[in-house]
Amino acid sequence: MWDILKNRWKQGYRTIDFPSKVEMPERFREATLKDGEPKLTKALDAKIQKLFGRSLKLRVVTAGSCNGCDLELQALNNVVFDLSRFGIQFVASPRHADGLVITGPVSRNMELALKKTYDAVPDPKIVIAVGACAISGGPFEGSPAVLNGADKVVPVDLYIPGCPPHPLIILDGLLQLLGRIEKRKGS
Amino acid sequence: MIPQFLTIQNAISFEESKIPVLERDVWHQAILENCSVGKTRIVALFAEKKNEGLIRLYCILGNDGRKLLHIGATDIAGPNYRYPCLTNQLPEAHRFERELFEEFAVLPEGHPWLKPVRKQNGTSFYKLGGEQIHEVAVGPVHAGIIEPGHFRFQCYGEKVLHLEIQLGYQHRGVEALMVKSDPLRQAVLAESIAGDTTIGHGMAYCHAIEGLSERSITPQRSQSLRAIALELERLSNHAGDLGALASDVGFLPSAAYFGRLRGEFLNILMELTGNRYGRSFVRPGGVSLDITAEMVRDFKKQLSTALTEMKDLAELFFSASSVLSRLEQTGILKQNVARELGIVGMTARASNLLRDVRQDYPTGIYRIHKINPVKMITGDVYARAKIRSLESKRSLQFIQERLDALPHDKIAQPCGPLKKQSMIVSLIEGWRGEIAHVALTHSQGEIRRYKIVDPSFHNWMALSVVMQNGQISDFPLCNKSFNFSYAGHDL
Ligand code: SF4
Repeated sequence: MWDILKNRWKQGYRTIDFPSKVEMPERFREATLKDGEPKLTKALDAKIQKLFGRSLKLRVVTAGSCNGCDLELQALNNVVFDLSRFGIQFVASPRHADGLVITGPVSRNMELALKKTYDAVPDPKIVIAVGACAISGGPFEGSPAVLNGADKVVPVDLYIPGCPPHPLIILDGLLQLLGRIEKRKGS
Repeated sequence: MIPQFLTIQNAISFEESKIPVLERDVWHQAILENCSVGKTRIVALFAEKKNEGLIRLYCILGNDGRKLLHIGATDIAGPNYRYPCLTNQLPEAHRFERELFEEFAVLPEGHPWLKPVRKQNGTSFYKLGGEQIHEVAVGPVHAGIIEPGHFRFQCYGEKVLHLEIQLGYQHRGVEALMVKSDPLRQAVLAESIAGDTTIGHGMAYCHAIEGLSERSITPQRSQSLRAIALELERLSNHAGDLGALASDVGFLPSAAYFGRLRGEFLNILMELTGNRYGRSFVRPGGVSLDITAEMVRDFKKQLSTALTEMKDLAELFFSASSVLSRLEQTGILKQNVARELGIVGMTARASNLLRDVRQDYPTGIYRIHKINPVKMITGDVYARAKIRSLESKRSLQFIQERLDALPHDKIAQPCGPLKKQSMIVSLIEGWRGEIAHVALTHSQGEIRRYKIVDPSFHNWMALSVVMQNGQISDFPLCNKSFNFSYAGHDL
């Protein structure tokens, strides 16, 4: 017990604040794509926001991902990002959920399972596609074994890009969808 | 030595014409004789369609004790391709032979059950009879944020009599895509085989390309940086798994600390490579980003803090009697079973079977700087947890040493075109175990067949075996203690 308390004391408070601004280090700037303005997330309409704005329960379906995106979703639950303080939670059953989070390009082998899971979520529901794969197939685009993105199977409300997206990017997407952070310039 | 087979080296290419194409029965006999005495094991067994009516089977064997790799091939003719199966004498071949049947309709005669590996239709399940037996089916959509797989338990009360695992839901057709894509995309694809082993698979691919290319000198500095990234990947996964194990036994302080520590390793990897999993860092010819002296200093500081934290956390976790009572004697994988099933990597080492590519078939910087593998005797969940913390310490020290002695040459040197009609076997010790990539080029020097064997492909059977006669409530714990990859298996 003393060890635990001592450790706790030594380690201090580790949950981070949601950053207001993130600077990309000089080293990476050259390597990233510059052209093309990213489209910013639009918040859900007022009625849905009222329903889900303070508490959102999501169910994750992995449909042919490489597991990278799922690891980042998992990371959102750790002490550093602590997703539940925003009222957002990943739940165990689609019947408890307000929406789905889909990762992976939707492999043919997962198509049926994804459809069934979608149907099991009570209406109204939202669908969030996380990662390059779930948006368009990502690196697996064009393979006969995949369907090139979640929106080929179910309607998608929010796309979160990245391969895999940083947990903060996922968080940013979710909060913007819920209208919980100030709209950025230009949106 | 296997006289009939060709002896090859890890990540060094050879001409295709040198591969001995044996009589079917000679080939079969050579594999059986060498593997059944436990001297060698199957690294990969796969097929290639030569032309209409002819399929060539390749078998790569590894002799870990003598640090030798061997290859031999045989041709089988259509229209009904068949050969006497290996599985009956060599259980480790079972998944490879099922794969052959599924992908090429090659029939291994006498195979006990050609159950689909990745296909979903036509799957039947083993069923136990009796009134008091009940069946529990889980998946493919699970309760947590994990990959899809289907598990069928045949239970008698709490006791699991049989567990059957059906995978394939993550199948994306990576092998076929590798052949169709240009080199730029191939590298990205290799990194997406398993998201938690990005560096491992990326390195296996790059070693294959570098070895196949006509001129290639991979600079020493890049080799060091790759090894650092590979060990960071190992660290982050080991820490994450320890956290998951802690939360499964309900020991939350450790779960939270390990979870955070994992994040710390990922953040170092991000500073080094620009991505938390090291994507786009390892590329044929070298690495894509250099490291500055200031970063070296900073990393060393962070890593030495991590080393003390790792020690403290491990002590906290492994000294709690409530934790030990859950971990010890749960899910035991015996050494002889592990050997029979051809288990590799960390799982094998936890069952007293010293198999480590970094020691047995070293490439890159591991050829010069050794990292001593750790092994445990008991093969239970405790051993698989403990080995993670022990390996983490070795990896941390290894990274510190490499950072101290970074060579000063370039970070990348472009490779030349690929050799024609050649083959290469590239093995890397990822954090789960041995990753094997095999590439074959055609007469224009382009890749015509690319075979990937993730360590999980060898290992998945271990989970079914340890669950036999165990409690169903121990399943999550056993599963986490292995943490096999679905994506890596399904490709
Ligand atoms: S987007 Fe990238 S990280 Fe996410 S599943 Fe696809 S390949 Fe993996």
